Amino acid sequence: MSLSVENLTVYYQTLQGPVRALENACFSLADGEIMGLAGESGCGKTTLGLSLIYLSERMRYIQGKVVLSGTDIPIWDHTKMDTYRYKYISIIPQYAMSAMNPTRKIGKMVHDLISARCIDFEKIKPEFLRRLGLVKLSEDILSMYPIELSGGMKQRMVMVISSLLNPELLIADEITSALDVSTQKAVAEMLVEFRNRKFLNSMIVITHDISVLYQIADSILVMYAGQLSEKGPKEEIIENPLHPYTKLLISSLPKIGMKINEKRLSGIPGKPPLLLNPPEGCRFRDRCPVGFEKCKEVPPFIRIKDNHYVACWKVSKKDV
Amino acid sequence: MKVINKKNEFVFFAFRNKKVIIGIVVILIFLLFALVGPNFTENDPFDFAYPSGPSKPSPDYWLGTTMFGQDVYSQFTNGLRATFLVGALGGGLATLIGIIIGFTGGYRGGIIDEILNILTNIVLVLPGFAVLLIIAAYLDVRSLISESIFIGLTAWPWAARAIRAQTFSLKSREFIDLAKLSGMKAWKIIIGEIAPNMLSYLVMTFILQFGGAILIAATLDFIGLGPTEGISLGLMMQGAVSWGALQLGVWWWFVPPGLAITAIVSALYLMNIGLDEIFNPKLREM
Amino acid sequence: MSPAGRFQKKMFKLENISKVYKIGTFGGKELVAVDDVSFDINTGEVIALIGESGSGKTTIGKMILRLIDISSGKILFNGKDISKNKSRELKEYYRNVQGVFQDPFSSINPIFKADRIFETIKVEFYKDVPPFEWNNKINEALLRVGLNPEHILDKYPHQLSGGQLQRFLIARALLLDIDFLVADEIISMLDASTRIDVLNLLADLREAGLSILFITHDLSLGYYISDKTVILYKGRIAEIGKTEKVFNNPLHPYTRMLLESVPQINKRWDQKLVSFKKTTIEPSNGCVYYDRCTHPKKNEQCLDRKPGLLEIEKDHFVNCWHIK
Repeated sequence: MSLSVENLTVYYQTLQGPVRALENACFSLADGEIMGLAGESGCGKTTLGLSLIYLSERMRYIQGKVVLSGTDIPIWDHTKMDTYRYKYISIIPQYAMSAMNPTRKIGKMVHDLISARCIDFEKIKPEFLRRLGLVKLSEDILSMYPIELSGGMKQRMVMVISSLLNPELLIADEITSALDVSTQKAVAEMLVEFRNRKFLNSMIVITHDISVLYQIADSILVMYAGQLSEKGPKEEIIENPLHPYTKLLISSLPKIGMKINEKRLSGIPGKPPLLLNPPEGCRFRDRCPVGFEKCKEVPPFIRIKDNHYVACWKVSKKDV
Repeated sequence: MKVINKKNEFVFFAFRNKKVIIGIVVILIFLLFALVGPNFTENDPFDFAYPSGPSKPSPDYWLGTTMFGQDVYSQFTNGLRATFLVGALGGGLATLIGIIIGFTGGYRGGIIDEILNILTNIVLVLPGFAVLLIIAAYLDVRSLISESIFIGLTAWPWAARAIRAQTFSLKSREFIDLAKLSGMKAWKIIIGEIAPNMLSYLVMTFILQFGGAILIAATLDFIGLGPTEGISLGLMMQGAVSWGALQLGVWWWFVPPGLAITAIVSALYLMNIGLDEIFNPKLREM
Repeated sequence: MSPAGRFQKKMFKLENISKVYKIGTFGGKELVAVDDVSFDINTGEVIALIGESGSGKTTIGKMILRLIDISSGKILFNGKDISKNKSRELKEYYRNVQGVFQDPFSSINPIFKADRIFETIKVEFYKDVPPFEWNNKINEALLRVGLNPEHILDKYPHQLSGGQLQRFLIARALLLDIDFLVADEIISMLDASTRIDVLNLLADLREAGLSILFITHDLSLGYYISDKTVILYKGRIAEIGKTEKVFNNPLHPYTRMLLESVPQINKRWDQKLVSFKKTTIEPSNGCVYYDRCTHPKKNEQCLDRKPGLLEIEKDHFVNCWHIK
């Protein structure tokens, strides 16, 4: 068991009160598992990913336990987390590409980053260069400025830096969203390659694009409005989703070969609830085609099949 | 669902921000003083009210008298009026010119922007004092109004530059494209779409220009290039220094005007910093 | 809009349009954003303009909308050249042609209420319409795009969702009774569940006679909704034709690469490695795709001369020397 998360609850503090962005997340990752974390905007996926490594000032840790390779991770303690960050848990943040200081050469930036972690850059440089070569970046980029690199190159470089110390867990937050289709494929495949070469143990890939997850992830976790809806092996989620939200979501994705005059896809009418005062119980119930009375209680995230978990009163082991 | 819309949000923060409150209170005190102060004395600033010359502050003369026996209080309150007038007129004119040139250059771009940019840079590097000296040589009588106009005509480049930069960044936003697709003419777009988005910026620019104008006027007055008639805080200080008040210990002649100018300009800048925090949500403390 | 005139009349004819930017100090260098693009748009047709970043697709959309000038070439709208139109003629043009853009929150001035965009239309185009009639028109347009006037009017943009705002913006275009809409990545910022609804709305409008230029980087969306597809690469057309033909029989190496790389949920990626784009933009006299091309017959001719659009089968053209 690489990662185990129990009842993780994180809110955001705002003027109008707490925004309940993440409620009782329970899931686990096996060694070497790449889990895709999917959902629409505001579902809490970035909150979940971030809270595992860095709680910003606005985030309030409410409860929850995180265990990584047998060690309890004190995510609520900013200072204690310093020993874990980058070495055991690492993140490729959402806007990493555009977060580089434009007036600094790449080499200097990397050197400063690594030295700030009290690691000798010279010692680690050979490995760094080797990995750069693996992602098809030459050593020359160290003497270039960020503006000279394309989006794909920057993203690959950030990937190398983030996984340089072979972390147990790597969190990749929307790293393919801003890339072109062709670069997206290359970058996504590189993530898998890193895992295969054991540069990292397990990975959480956060994205709203489920089709990318289908290509590279082992399992997919779908979230809605701060709650976990369904987690399972990717084929199960795509071909045989059990949760009503997942079903509707998958069926609203156009595939090449589908023409509008042959078959009209349908979306999900309505919009997600505001998380300032979310409804009681299952937050999808207002838009759910099969919602009923019991949905006013929060359905537990229970195991339906092997490695397949669903949070819905209408889905039980009997359905499988 | 309680939705705090932008206006309420702004007011809420405005009243919690110490800098803004302190700034506004200080300015209001001085403004009040300037408006009603002169009514509390029958003495004209230049009357030789106290024939014996300088005297310390006393119940008869609240701020004492100058070397020539003029009522300092009367000079002070009338001078305050003049100072605020210069700030408003000079600062206002500078802001207005800056707005016109900044918006036009920023929105139009191209050759018009180049030309306006050159103009801005020229006025920016013009040595203001040298020009004033020449003007002073030609004009026998200088009034407060002409001083304000002069300041307005030379202080606008900073405002123009800042506004141009903001306009550039707003111009590329999609709602401007949409306004063009609605057939709106350029000036309508600037006034109706761009300016309202920059309102906070424009207010802050005006406040800065206001304070700047006061300072410039005080400096000009102090070195003798001020108005040849009327009284202002700067002129008070000039008088005090030229007639040896410093050496003779007539502190009540130069300390009040100096303090007043410092306090007003500092309050304005403080208010500006506070306003920046209010308008820019990212700078607010939670 | 004329439901009866589908596919019959040529509405737009883009003739060799190009857009060249001067960059570098003193404008020494040139950046060619769009290079010699020509295609037609018929009434009642949806054309998908597909390309990645830097392909020039947004630039073409903006040129059609006359938001930026055309460096060379002509755009004919119903036979008349609109490339040099100025204010009054442009305004007339905008009664027939409108656009909706990618970011709904950036498309509406955030400090005003959202309905102000309707006000602007009234002031500029419908000054003399009495308020009662105008309100009816607004309600009709909102209902047509699937919005409930009671929930939408009198609100600020940040109180509405992205999907609602995009529909709002489409309603604005409909107020003018337009014939043609440029939709530039209008759903890429929306959630998956709302995207389809906005797309279906576009399809409904097309049924009613609206022609649409659907600019996107997402091939599945392009296939879903369009009749004709234009594949752009670095400012030039790589392939153009009837949508089914282009997707089922991709001819240009770039189109093939795109189709192989796009992640699909019913098919796994080929393990073939993709070549990366170079960062520098060098103008060349030859085929723009030369660097990344993996066609077996790639040769010097590709480097020296730009190929032209060749009709390989009916309604299917390719910009390559080596497709027969």
